[in-house]
Amino acid sequence: MNAPPPVDKVDERAARAARQHEVVAALSALLPARCLLWQAEDVAPYECDGLTAYRAHPLVVALPETDAEVASVLHTCHRLNVPVVARGAGTGLSGGALPHRLGVTLSLAKFNRILKLDAAARTARVQCGVRNLAISEAAAPHGLYYAPDPSSQIACTIGGNVAENAGGVHCLKYGLTLHNVLSVKGYTAEGEEVVFGGDALDAAGLDLLPLVIGSEGMLAVVTEVTVKLVPKPQLARCIVASFDDIRKAGEAVASIIAAGIIPAGLEMMDKPMTAAVEDFVHAGYDLGAVAILLCESDGTPEEVAEETARMLDVLTGAGATHVEVSRDEAQRLKFWSGRKNAFPASGRLSPDYMCMDSTIPRKRLADMLLAIAQMETKYGLRCANVFHAGDGNLHPLILFDANEADQLRRCEAFGADILETSVRMGGTVTGEHGVGIEKLGSMCVQFSPEELEQFAAVKRAFDPSELLNPGKVIPTLQRCVEGGKMQVRKGLLPFPELPRF
Amino acid sequence: MSTDEPALQALVDRVRAARVDRTRLAIRGGGSKDFYGEAAQGETLDVTGLRGVSSYEPTELVVTARCGTPLAELEAMLAERGQCLPFEPPHFGRAATVGGMVAAGLAGPPRAAVGGVRDYVLGATLLSGRAEVLSFGGQVIKNVAGYDVSRILAGSMGALGVVCEVSLKVLPRARATATLRFETGQAAAIERMSVWAGQPLPVNASAWWNDTLVVRLQGAMAAVDAAVARLGGERIGADPASAFWVGLREQTDEFFAGALRESQDNPASRLWRLSLPQTTPPLALPGESLLEWGGAQRWLVSAAPVATVRDAAARAGGHATVFRGDKADGVFTSPAPALALIQRRLVQAFDPDGVYAGGRLNRDAPGAG
Repeated sequence: MNAPPPVDKVDERAARAARQHEVVAALSALLPARCLLWQAEDVAPYECDGLTAYRAHPLVVALPETDAEVASVLHTCHRLNVPVVARGAGTGLSGGALPHRLGVTLSLAKFNRILKLDAAARTARVQCGVRNLAISEAAAPHGLYYAPDPSSQIACTIGGNVAENAGGVHCLKYGLTLHNVLSVKGYTAEGEEVVFGGDALDAAGLDLLPLVIGSEGMLAVVTEVTVKLVPKPQLARCIVASFDDIRKAGEAVASIIAAGIIPAGLEMMDKPMTAAVEDFVHAGYDLGAVAILLCESDGTPEEVAEETARMLDVLTGAGATHVEVSRDEAQRLKFWSGRKNAFPASGRLSPDYMCMDSTIPRKRLADMLLAIAQMETKYGLRCANVFHAGDGNLHPLILFDANEADQLRRCEAFGADILETSVRMGGTVTGEHGVGIEKLGSMCVQFSPEELEQFAAVKRAFDPSELLNPGKVIPTLQRCVEGGKMQVRKGLLPFPELPRF
Repeated sequence: MSTDEPALQALVDRVRAARVDRTRLAIRGGGSKDFYGEAAQGETLDVTGLRGVSSYEPTELVVTARCGTPLAELEAMLAERGQCLPFEPPHFGRAATVGGMVAAGLAGPPRAAVGGVRDYVLGATLLSGRAEVLSFGGQVIKNVAGYDVSRILAGSMGALGVVCEVSLKVLPRARATATLRFETGQAAAIERMSVWAGQPLPVNASAWWNDTLVVRLQGAMAAVDAAVARLGGERIGADPASAFWVGLREQTDEFFAGALRESQDNPASRLWRLSLPQTTPPLALPGESLLEWGGAQRWLVSAAPVATVRDAAARAGGHATVFRGDKADGVFTSPAPALALIQRRLVQAFDPDGVYAGGRLNRDAPGAG
């Protein structure tokens, strides 16, 4: 027989049950019964997002169906001082939608309608739960599409894309979510409606849209997004280039940019990753290559011919051992299918993997790959690498087995090492997946205590009670001290008054 | 950026002192845009001493410059390496600085096609009202670590602090360009611009005035040639075309010269900047109009009452700014109440003592004692 739980655990459970009872009672007055879940087996599917290493049951899951319901749930949670964690499709990779044990998970899955598609203005007004790819599908009959294409685009929602400022493989030329959104409508923590941006190219006053986009649900709850649509290029062609040396591949990336070319996509995969995806999708990649580059050109047929010829020149000049240009759309999609399936393919290599997401200056790509190779030995774990090489965004996938406690610990240390190395190289700890819960420690390395405190003040300007997705993105200074990760400027440790061990 | 730098340390000291003795500071760069925004309040804080390009790496597509760097100097440096700031910021005078460009947040003719100032900001170092030197963003294109504070500095008009240094994304200059002219009325021009923008054409900038639509194409040589053949119109020579776009950007061309004369003759006449959804039909407002950005930015010379112009812009889903002329009724349109509250609290979050007096964005300075 198990020993009885300690008294404080029992107290905590009783307090949580009482709180749950109170919140369910309050929300039941606002939502139909089908829109409220709180039994353990019903809330279990919400216990994590795409970062499965961290899990928690929310107190309650609310699935509102109208804007008015969202507003009233927020208003009531604010009155009761209950944290609210907004959630889209749950494909996030940094634990941004990890539930709060004493909070409400606000699922916006039912907000899945395209409200207006204006082909003349090239805009679409959609609810936050509309899937990224569904927007492009709806725009296709007008010869338009929504440019940002994160690899999870068949599943991820535009609301989630806004929360993370999602990128994709075409960012260098077409920009991030921020560059492709005109406005968002949402609600403050108090349940007040607020619009950021507008249908014009700028709005009155401070431009807060860049703050809200990428704020991981901590500043407002977004229910509606107006996106820009762009004309679909008449043609796209993809070059696959093989290299027998990591440095040469890295230099080829810089040479393309130096030649004044902005490719529609520029991606790199290392040998283990190439082998993994080839086995998964049979894209026809060169398995002998140390690294392969995917370079895409799009535009009019004349433009593509001109740019492809220039890129081939540069790639050959940079020492590519083999180059192949897609001969038709089917082959182009085949080339990309490998890259877009890098994550699921890694899932077959190992029981678990952790995907990192830092960005470094392009010129350091080769240095970084070599540093990661050394870390593989140091931490005794394998790592497969895909990079958005055009914008310096890395996705090393660290392979591990979560059933072995020590492997998870080593994997986390490996990941933190990659992030800290990225910051030292002049980069950032997250390029497009967000900080969430996963990279809180690394934020202490990238930002000074004053900067972190300024972030916290920004949060309070939007959400003075700090109820929206608390505990994410911005680490407390105490956490930075306890984690032993402090930015050191001028050789002085901040907070000399705090004890260290 | 290190506070060891004397020019920065001097600014930090000045802000720290102002915080203590409750002085207000009015941030000023080259003064080329003194005419724009609400009137400055307080003692001038000259930031031109903090100047110079800190780093420029053409293959990284990023340049980092201090606020007092002359904009012309930065652009010349980029041009040497075949690169540019694609949004072609207006200078409004030789003294224009990089910091002023960011703080004013104004973009030139290609805005609709390529994005505005904030779309090119990758990172910034800010001197806040707490006299803290804070860095946000960085030098890489993809970066979602923390809130994107650096981008809200674009157009912040000094409300949040001194933009000490900024990293900007730069791009290669287009390989080919062509300018075409068409005779057409305003409504037809708006419609035509919207149709063309919906097609894979390299339209980079447009302007309509006086029944003439001028369109600039930019991109790969093959793409520009194909578009010239397809669109027709009258092709304008390279030199007059270049002069036209610079005159438009710097507001020295005929329309804006006329606006200036008008305001001298009639003090009630203002030059308005209307920011509207691009496809908005011609507005029934008295006065002369010039359209840019395919119709998304409209200049209006009018003596109409302020409320009339603001209401018309708001009804169309946009807003109106008094760009030049009588500012007694306010320069900018006020945001909706829920948004205005957040903005006020945000300004306080960066400048709790109101050292910068809300910059030149608002006339009721928040937080100031």
